[in-house]
Amino acid sequence: MTSLPTPTTWRAWLTADAPASRRQARAASLYQGWQRLRANRLTMLGLAVLALLVLAAIFAPLLAPYSPYAQSLGDRLLPPGSEGHLLGTDSLGRDILSRLLFGARISLYIVLLVVLVAPVLGLLVGTIAGYAGGIVDTVLMRVTDIFLAFPRLILALAFVSALGAGIENAVLAISLTAWPPYARIARAETLTFRGADFIHAVRLQGAGPVRIVTRHIWPLCVPSLVIRVTLDMAGIILTAAGLGFLGLGARPPSPEWGAMISGGSDYLLDSWWVATIPGLAIFAVSLAFNLIGDGLRDVLDPKDSGQ
Amino acid sequence: MGDATLGKGRPAPLLARWPRKALSLVVTVAVTLLGLLFVTFMIGRVMPIDPVLAVIGERATQAQYEAAYQALGLDRPLLVQFFSYVGEVLQGDFGRSLRTGQPVAQDIARVFPATLELATLGTLIGVSIGVPLGVLAAVYRGSWIDQIARILGLVGYSMPIFWLGLMGLLLFYGILGWVSGPGRLGVFYQGLVPTRTGLLLVDSAIAGDWTVFRDAFSHIILPASILGYFSLAYISRMTRSFMLEQLSSEYVTTARVKGLSEWHVVWRHAFRNISVQLITVIALSYANLLEGSVLTEIIFAWPGLGNYITTSLLANDMNAVLGGTVVIGTIFVCLNILSDILYRVFDPRAK
Repeated sequence: MTSLPTPTTWRAWLTADAPASRRQARAASLYQGWQRLRANRLTMLGLAVLALLVLAAIFAPLLAPYSPYAQSLGDRLLPPGSEGHLLGTDSLGRDILSRLLFGARISLYIVLLVVLVAPVLGLLVGTIAGYAGGIVDTVLMRVTDIFLAFPRLILALAFVSALGAGIENAVLAISLTAWPPYARIARAETLTFRGADFIHAVRLQGAGPVRIVTRHIWPLCVPSLVIRVTLDMAGIILTAAGLGFLGLGARPPSPEWGAMISGGSDYLLDSWWVATIPGLAIFAVSLAFNLIGDGLRDVLDPKDSGQ
Repeated sequence: MGDATLGKGRPAPLLARWPRKALSLVVTVAVTLLGLLFVTFMIGRVMPIDPVLAVIGERATQAQYEAAYQALGLDRPLLVQFFSYVGEVLQGDFGRSLRTGQPVAQDIARVFPATLELATLGTLIGVSIGVPLGVLAAVYRGSWIDQIARILGLVGYSMPIFWLGLMGLLLFYGILGWVSGPGRLGVFYQGLVPTRTGLLLVDSAIAGDWTVFRDAFSHIILPASILGYFSLAYISRMTRSFMLEQLSSEYVTTARVKGLSEWHVVWRHAFRNISVQLITVIALSYANLLEGSVLTEIIFAWPGLGNYITTSLLANDMNAVLGGTVVIGTIFVCLNILSDILYRVFDPRAK
């Protein structure tokens, strides 16, 4: 859904009172949602920040004036605005702007991986529990409750300590603590659809449980999961940064934002910028995700909206 | 079953159903805690550090290795090992910390009061500002105070807590010099008051030593305010949405039509009705602060449980990490369930 370069034709098609096909009706409802989303200025601000982040990640090698790893001890701890170093340098003389740009890749990578793992895990557990019912449901939901009752950061810490530090292990640890809410949502959705007539119809046609769950129930669970995932993205970024800060996420030379703050905290009182600038970046990105999540919820689920 | 004795003419549905409910609650708590132990046990099993080598060192012979392997009980079936682990934990035995050489339980008992003091003060700050802010935001919905509450909440949900801690140190300690730096107490004040509760503010107040009290306060106020801000963000948002629900209900309109003052309607009617929900929210936020203090404790070199777990983690001291995880997890589970009980007992609508 991009903006409208040829409003007369597209717009007429999208806002038609009587859509002629299912595709047109679906496109029209998406378009209406987009219109409402666009009216929310804060959400648009969030989207703009996110777009900047994606661009920075894609074009980091072109935009960065230096290599993110290039040390130059003669230029260490230069303040922002120094010649050639717009945002200054860190304790090893590495250019902070370059590291920030390459760090955007790591942040996006972590968020994407968690988003690919945790909701899928939750979807599997939730739909199996909801569709199977009985003892399977009880056991799976008990397990979910146990994970839900855990302190998330502590559990992620324990997982990382067992698996070893590193981005992928941090992702795994965050995912292992993030799936229970998705399982609950997926189960609730499954329960509402399980007894529906169209499911009975599909079953009479001879479809087995696997086909019913994967082809008919999963697609219906996706929208509510998407809202929840968007709202959780800020939390994912903050947890990943926290792990990086503790030295349990990305390994030291890598320009992960949390690790950059950790590197700057030793020089905080003399060289404030080393720790401050990556923190601002984390704050801006998670704020953007929160704004987008709030906006999406207002559009898709108006009864829960904050306003 | 208890109907005849407990019912006695007056309808007492809650008490009548009490035994069965209590039983199911006990089972829930037990299963959840057992699950917690199972997860920490499995984490202890899959970790890349060989527990045998950690005890006997790298240079041991094969025979010594075998002996230690058996002495640690690692040759037994996994399930047997798990139940003996549960038995040890139930007796308060988390093993010995490799880093400090002390029993882990003793270490935790030593560091826990520091975390408790920090989280308690943080929650007090969060509640005393968050609740009035949430109520005002709901009453003057859409006004500037509502906007401020919204922005405070949004920023709180988006800010890395460890970064806010660093910025607080930079501003209030480094530049303004209003508060003391990292740590719990200045070097000159250590050991001056006898340890009774382990909470420095309480201990120094009991001893009547106000210089120590003042120093402890100037150390704790910044980390506690930072934690308090995060609990404020959560509490004010929840308070606002609870209040909005009440203010839009019909009894509030009736009270207004009757001519009651706005102050009376808001505080005596609407606020009283959200108090139960509010208590459960505060309990949850308290549990979250106990956990969330991990990063804050690192920043402020606060000698608490979070600091203990992280330091042990970086030293590959698994007994200490898992012991700390079990303790925090248990408190977390108990507060969760406590807030659930409070809700059921005090809110007649939940029956």
